[in-house]
Amino acid sequence: MEDLYARLMQDVRFEEGLNACMNCGICTGICPAAEYYHYDPRNVVDLVQTRNNDIIKELLRGESIWYCGQCMSCKTRCPRGNTPGLVIMALRKLSQELGYFTESEKGRQQFAIKRVIGENILRDGYCIASYHVDPKAHPEQGPAWEHYYTYMEDSLARLGGELNGTEGPTRRISSDVLEELKSIFQVTGGQDLYEAIEVASEKKAEEMGLEFRREGTDFEYFRHVVTADNGNHQTEEEDVRREVYEARR
Amino acid sequence: MKLEGKKRVWAEYQKEIPDDHFFYVRSCIRQTFFAGSEQTFLKIMRDDLGKDIYEDPRHTTCTGIGYHGDVVPFETIQTVVARHFALATEAGYKNIAISCVTSFGIYTEILETWKHFPETLEKTRENLFRATGRVFDLPVSISHASDIIYKFRDEIARKAKYNLVDVRSGKPLKVVEHIGCHYAKMFPKHGIGGAEFPHVLVGMIESWGGDVIDYPERRHCCGFGFRQYLVQANRGYSLSASRKKFESMEPYRPDFIVANCPGCAMFMDRWQYTLKELDGITYGSNETGIPTLTYEEMAGLILGYDPWEMGMQYHNVQSLGLLKKMGITADPAKRFLTKDGSRLPEPANLLNS
Repeated sequence: MEDLYARLMQDVRFEEGLNACMNCGICTGICPAAEYYHYDPRNVVDLVQTRNNDIIKELLRGESIWYCGQCMSCKTRCPRGNTPGLVIMALRKLSQELGYFTESEKGRQQFAIKRVIGENILRDGYCIASYHVDPKAHPEQGPAWEHYYTYMEDSLARLGGELNGTEGPTRRISSDVLEELKSIFQVTGGQDLYEAIEVASEKKAEEMGLEFRREGTDFEYFRHVVTADNGNHQTEEEDVRREVYEARR
Repeated sequence: MKLEGKKRVWAEYQKEIPDDHFFYVRSCIRQTFFAGSEQTFLKIMRDDLGKDIYEDPRHTTCTGIGYHGDVVPFETIQTVVARHFALATEAGYKNIAISCVTSFGIYTEILETWKHFPETLEKTRENLFRATGRVFDLPVSISHASDIIYKFRDEIARKAKYNLVDVRSGKPLKVVEHIGCHYAKMFPKHGIGGAEFPHVLVGMIESWGGDVIDYPERRHCCGFGFRQYLVQANRGYSLSASRKKFESMEPYRPDFIVANCPGCAMFMDRWQYTLKELDGITYGSNETGIPTLTYEEMAGLILGYDPWEMGMQYHNVQSLGLLKKMGITADPAKRFLTKDGSRLPEPANLLNS
């Protein structure tokens, strides 16, 4: 089997993010994800530094590496100057390159992020723009957003912008600029990563017997990956906090 | 401690912010949810402070949400950011002013990487030239846009039409300040006051007459978590983190929350609405919600800008009570108008409306 630790060491973020971890657990103490999920960044880093291929492979195929929210609070606190959040980013990249991400429920969600954010970038030049945030898919955005979205052109104009104008907020990014972006993605491996996510996801959809389409978001596999929740991700502590919150009310 | 010793201790928490001539890069999230805030920042810079701030419409997303959503490789984002540096170089600017906190964190991460791993800078130069034919100089400075408002906070105070003071009681307003995690948690030296004592919003609030609330979960993340909000099944993570903050700040009765990160400002407004809908919980004095402002809106109010021209009506928690406290007369009937004054339907179900 390929030396996975050596592959990780090729990622400059991994080299920067992991010195010798002494397992103090401060990263876990400060981590918002560790409060909510069955997630322990101390343990992830400790497993990685064993350099054991089988253990690293299990991490790449498992749920835990997908729980981090990349707030990077761990970087501030680590007394050894490690950054578990950067180690996680390197693990996630490798998991996707090797196709292991489809073996976990949380990992499979990468397909949705690629189809939405990834494609917004190359189509419109933005990760998100106002016309991407449909209130029907985002009820949590509330009545203020629904109003803004419904009357987007008028609302933006009053604030000094022009929807699809040539400058200012939410301006239209010209086709020659989008070509530059695409070219950057081709030269730097961005396009290859998109492709790796697509190929592994299509294979997984077939294995799971779910409909898959090569474009868009309105089909079974996409809906499955954005909504699936086996109920085993959250901590008991989060349940207790919820109970305390409800009791106080 | 002697003054000299104090200065030495605090030296690493200081940051040089240029006086003028900035190249402005917008934020995907801020231009989407707070387009009026970006326009307000530019107006303050140009009209109130007389600064030169330039924007090239050919700049794009930095791809930061894709990068922290793990679908954009580091090599790719380095090259996209290098392209922005190339646009600044071509226009003759050396000081970058960044609207977004995610972008700001990415710019700092990239510059630090290039410093510690010089081969990555050379590779990025090669990649950018191959992809676009462009070349770039490294910027002399990078500032978050809130750093710049902080630098000129006293000048803004001298021009103030209003203060962060309850005009009826004469007492300072009580303000929760929230700093986006990627402003200084990754590279403390790039933030004013570092990660432990971020002063960028505190300085503004205190200069403009308000009191800052110190509450237990002051430094907790708002809960964006990138994939934790982007994917529907994970959103409980995001909501749970904001709820933890609201529960922690509520006993201190804040008059409003202010954030320097557009994502944080958006979530801390949106999740208050969601908690009301899900659990029937409304935070704030008299259970009317806690208005959540961007720092541009806060600065704009101080300078007498029309809250509705800045877009404050597009928050789920409305600010009418806060405006009244500050002595600002703003007609609620003028909130939802077009640019030429035609009336749009009023949204229902806003908080504190």
